Amino acid sequence: MAENKFRVINQPVRKKDAMQLLLGKPAYVDDVTPHDCLIVKVLRSPHAHALIEEINTDIACKVPGIVAVYTWKDVPQKRFTMAGQTFPEPSPYDRLILDQRVRFVGDAVAIVAGETEKAVDKALKLIKVKYQVLEPVLDFHTAKDNPILVHPEENWRSLCPVGADNKRNLCASECGSHGDVDAVLADCDEVVAHTYRVPAVNQAMMETFRTYTEIDHYGRLHIISSTQIVFHVRRILANALDIPKSKIHVEKPRIGGGFGAKQTVVAEVYPALVTWKTGRAAKMIYTREESQIAASPRHEMEVTVRVGANRDGTIRAMDVYTLSNTGAFGEHGPTTVGLSGHKSIPLYTGNLEAHRFAYDVVYTNYQSSGAYRGYGATQGIFAVECAVTELADRLGIDPVAIREQNMVREGQIMHAYYNEPASACALDRCMARCKELFGWDEKYPVRDMGNGKVRTAGVAMAMQGSGISGVDVGSATIKLSDEGFYNLSIGAADMGTGCDTILAQMAAECLDCPVDDIAVFGADSDASPYDSGSYASSTTYVTGKAVEKACEQLKENICTIAAGMLDCDVSEVEFAGKSVKKLDGTGEVSLFDIATKSMCGNGVAVQATASHTSPVSPPPFMVGMVEIELDKETGQVDLLDYVAVVDCGTPVNPSLARVQTEGGLVQGIGMALFENIQYTEKGALVENSFMQYKIPTRLDMGKLRVEFESSYEPTGPFGAKSIGEIVINTPAPAIAHAVWHATGVWHRELPITPEKVLWGMQKGQV
Amino acid sequence: MGKVLSINQYVRAQSLDEAYTLCQKKNNVVIGGMLWLKIQKRPAGTAIDLCDLGLDSIAETETEYRIGAMVPLRALEMHEGLAALTDGAMEQTVKHIVGVQFRNCATLGGSLWGRFGFSDVLTLFLALDARVVLHHAGEMPLADFAQLPRTTRDILTEVIVPKAAGRVVYLSQRNISTDFPVLTAALAGRDGNYTCVIGARPMPAAVFTDDKGILRQGITEDSARAFAEDIASRAVFGSNTRASADYRREICKVLVRRAALALAKEG
Amino acid sequence: MEIKLTLNGKPVSAPIDADTLLIDFVRDHGCYSVKRGCETANCGLCTVLMDGTPVLSCSVLAARAAGHHIQTLEGLQEEAADFVGFIADQGAEQCGFCNPGFVMNTVALLRENPDPTDDEIRAYLAGNLCRCSGYEGQLRGIRAYLDSRKGDA
Repeated sequence: MAENKFRVINQPVRKKDAMQLLLGKPAYVDDVTPHDCLIVKVLRSPHAHALIEEINTDIACKVPGIVAVYTWKDVPQKRFTMAGQTFPEPSPYDRLILDQRVRFVGDAVAIVAGETEKAVDKALKLIKVKYQVLEPVLDFHTAKDNPILVHPEENWRSLCPVGADNKRNLCASECGSHGDVDAVLADCDEVVAHTYRVPAVNQAMMETFRTYTEIDHYGRLHIISSTQIVFHVRRILANALDIPKSKIHVEKPRIGGGFGAKQTVVAEVYPALVTWKTGRAAKMIYTREESQIAASPRHEMEVTVRVGANRDGTIRAMDVYTLSNTGAFGEHGPTTVGLSGHKSIPLYTGNLEAHRFAYDVVYTNYQSSGAYRGYGATQGIFAVECAVTELADRLGIDPVAIREQNMVREGQIMHAYYNEPASACALDRCMARCKELFGWDEKYPVRDMGNGKVRTAGVAMAMQGSGISGVDVGSATIKLSDEGFYNLSIGAADMGTGCDTILAQMAAECLDCPVDDIAVFGADSDASPYDSGSYASSTTYVTGKAVEKACEQLKENICTIAAGMLDCDVSEVEFAGKSVKKLDGTGEVSLFDIATKSMCGNGVAVQATASHTSPVSPPPFMVGMVEIELDKETGQVDLLDYVAVVDCGTPVNPSLARVQTEGGLVQGIGMALFENIQYTEKGALVENSFMQYKIPTRLDMGKLRVEFESSYEPTGPFGAKSIGEIVINTPAPAIAHAVWHATGVWHRELPITPEKVLWGMQKGQV
Repeated sequence: MGKVLSINQYVRAQSLDEAYTLCQKKNNVVIGGMLWLKIQKRPAGTAIDLCDLGLDSIAETETEYRIGAMVPLRALEMHEGLAALTDGAMEQTVKHIVGVQFRNCATLGGSLWGRFGFSDVLTLFLALDARVVLHHAGEMPLADFAQLPRTTRDILTEVIVPKAAGRVVYLSQRNISTDFPVLTAALAGRDGNYTCVIGARPMPAAVFTDDKGILRQGITEDSARAFAEDIASRAVFGSNTRASADYRREICKVLVRRAALALAKEG
Repeated sequence: MEIKLTLNGKPVSAPIDADTLLIDFVRDHGCYSVKRGCETANCGLCTVLMDGTPVLSCSVLAARAAGHHIQTLEGLQEEAADFVGFIADQGAEQCGFCNPGFVMNTVALLRENPDPTDDEIRAYLAGNLCRCSGYEGQLRGIRAYLDSRKGDA
């Protein structure tokens, strides 16, 4: 159970930047960087697959105000990956800044830099390109071993053993199992086997990709970018430009949303190249269209599930195969796919005797996919949760009951999750509370509302991880400053999520001071301690623990100084927040005076840095239940009520955890019902603007209710796990469940549009 | 990924004659709310702004409402007289269009001039038997205006809605709340005659009358259904990224039937 | 061409191009609160008040704004400060990028309708997209502000 004896932790503290943001103060890349810099834009390919035979930039270069036009001939020929991952990256080195081969509609063909936007726009139109148009690989089912290769080049490299082979269009491939899954399935009374598809939906954060670059007064390349990963950006740009890492300094201001999109170096390389070559400051602001067509969306996946149970509902075996479409480049291809099995199958650890999980990740001629909140778990959970509900129906068991019967419970070993123990798991309590809060027994029966409309409900469970076990590094530096306030430096990236604030809450808890006494700084590759970055639900769990460690170290140093001031041994004093006291009560020195002393005749550092990494990645768990109203005459689905109960360990800041949950639910609702991904025959994305790509408005999500049922994670800071990603995972399967219950038809491809629902009812299950 | 808007010159016309003269040049363009114009990639010569010409008011006479072409959609939505005249259909027609700020920009004239396939506004105003006033060509039924070639170079100044418009119901189907409609339907009843307008087919709105007199004996479940089937069989539908022609035909049956029943209920 | 307008109460005259959009004009004049989130008039991030009416500054020519009163969040700090603290208390600002447009339109809503229902709030703000918050916290914040005002009365 949660040890709820905290002072600052588990309090709904306001986000430190809240009022500045709400009052519209300048905070983002384009607000805080100079405007008299070069404007950088990219000419993009109209073809899904082509070779640039000739490219003539002479006329473009003559446009007044144009400073540079670069083509594939002007860039380093060493391949790299744009994926923000720990080195050596599992993602293959398959990119050049500009390549003679273009691999998707929107791929970069040329970079133009000029004094004004008008000049750049004009020059873009004047670049003459002659393409040798090639047949593209547009069907990911036939990509593997297709004679057309997306990456035939000899200098393609895979740094890690992920089963990649560019001569087979394979970005990754693997198979793992526990027990004899075929034998157990054969012995089951009922087996459900289906394939489920999630398209390459977009993060659609409100601030598009953007980067400012300049040469600083040390002659180094200074990058100010909207990124979740300042340290990875440094390495990736050094690789791309083929220059020493010491020449690059990366910082981020406020970030206008990320959701994983900004865990890939999408925009940075273009202005960086311009600045490095010209010495001039430069800026690239992605348009919304570019953010849709040439960025880093979710991996399209087809997940095939076979799940078997006994007549009594005991789920005994699960077999999952995922085909993932990484697009033209392999960013996050080998890693996202793993979560589709590793974070879906373990939900049913309860009675599971055997499981198998295999996958292929293939190259195609669409934009590269990347990291998007949920990171493959979303796709896998959609499939597994739908299959389990169908299994329950075939067995005549309530879908909540079959989950209660088979769900993972605290203390169990999750074989499908790297054999990690579920050392903190309140999934059972989440289900019980959700069922009660939602009113499952009243809302699940299909109720006819008249005028062709029915109401019913759906349920789903989810899990995720907390950081990447054995890989992610979080660090924190905490420093005692004038008058006894503290500076906390981090390399994690607050992208609106509030990590600056929750890490300050942790420091304040450790140092027994108000949150306002902690000033937070981050993230800057020169000034911050090393952090992998904010992704994989790692910041609270991994960096949070580093904060805790750093504070403990600092307290020791503070006590050392105080002992000197009190003329005693350090073993005779203790840290007491506002002061250091002698244990025997005979003396005390204030933090104010210790801070003053630290700056005068002092040889003990009042700054401590600690790093943390974890051998495990404890999953948060949750349950979501949705009530819908479905119009049987039009197929329209209206959301009425969504209840989510989450076990994220200790919610460090319940307000922020709640809003994370609500935001993730609405993003998940968008993916389930509205956000369509369609391509033209030539492979161009149709939904290339907010006019076509419809994310939910506040009229489209019904009422949301969120509660927490907390477990206490022993390896996490103050019992915390994570919240950022898991929250997007339940809407799609819960809504698909409700639509099936209302219509008798399973929709196994997202989004579930009104037209699909109507045809489902009229034409039956396809 | 060039910047989308390109205009060489901006002129605030001081008279309709000036605006009319300027718009005779093919490369020049009249700006309404600028919402659709902005995303057309064609560069324009002179942008002709009508905002100084007093075309932004709604006047009421004994027999009609005269609505200036520059009246924003939001003003139509909020207008009590038009709300009463249309039994609230005016608000139903525009309230799904993106957002309040958008509707403060978008003008009635701009909405009708474009004769956009997706237009909610065109659908309703056709059902209201509206007339338009063009500076040069003069007054004509909106239905006739809708058929004019798109190359017509004139200035739309005013839209007239007769008070004898009868009762009207407006319904639309959308994939998501503030998106373009997948189908629009407006049904007006005047003196026992019925006019049904179907828009977003996805081609521009088309007008149908109850030629067979299906509703003449009164609107019942059965006659409403028969009428809806009749309209759906007569209307031409197409497919786009939002829905197929077949789906639109199905939805047409539903919306028209529901509109007829709603009309009967109101009456 | 040269235009004159009033920006946050101060007269401004400046040279512009015929196709300069109001969003770029106000940002060039230091009003960085005004954000661009799309090119298609769909997101509401660029909302400013023109003679008190909320409009999309991405869809208004600067030339058309000539002679008008334009207000951005820079000019409405006090009016906004009245209620945005309630949104901060919910943590619903999140990444903040949509906040200025959302706050501007909320200012307009509350001027037009000082005591809106939840449905009226949702309808008025439907054109303000937010990808972080899920909207519910923004609603809670506005509701808490309205309730606090009733408490004062």
